[in-house]
Amino acid sequence: MIELAQYLAAVLILAGAVFSLIAAIGVLRLPDLYTRLHAASKAGAIGAGLIFLALAVVSLDGAIILRSLLGIVFLLLSTPLSAHLLARAAYRCGEAPTAATTVDDLK
Amino acid sequence: MTGALALQWASQVALGLLLVGMLLAVIRLVRGPNLGDRILALDMITVLATGFITGVAVLTGFSLYVDIAIALALVGFLATVALARYLMSRARDQEADR
Repeated sequence: MIELAQYLAAVLILAGAVFSLIAAIGVLRLPDLYTRLHAASKAGAIGAGLIFLALAVVSLDGAIILRSLLGIVFLLLSTPLSAHLLARAAYRCGEAPTAATTVDDLK
Repeated sequence: MTGALALQWASQVALGLLLVGMLLAVIRLVRGPNLGDRILALDMITVLATGFITGVAVLTGFSLYVDIAIALALVGFLATVALARYLMSRARDQEADR
């Protein structure tokens, strides 16, 4: 049983790290702030959340499991919020979207 | 016994991947053409550091590190909100100047 949990946690932590790496690659490679925010706020939150989940699976302590789940909930609440705030502030500052953008509903 | 070995190997590889991701975010932090890109890169680094600390907790088995990770996520969120508010107030000043 513990063995199974350890294998599951190994898969979860690797998946989380790969998601985080993909988010970082997106932040580096995508063309403008809005697409970069899209990469960071989705893949980044899922990556860190999966690592929290790995800790919850491998630790056999109720308090740690509760705190890990709390961390996941907090990440899933806070990351979209900060991304939305940042995108709104940047748009108000006049940050132009990339030339490939076809629809701009705020214009 | 092999489960513990697999977990140790996986968490070491995961820490390496997170480190590479942090390096990419730092490149964006240095290069980022505008203030918004730099704020985004800082936010990304904080989230990656949260994951890194949790990974250390898995690797060493010292689970209390999760408290530090949660506190770091909280501080990072507050920092991003504060910087975004600053950007917003700057946009307001620009509009007032026009």
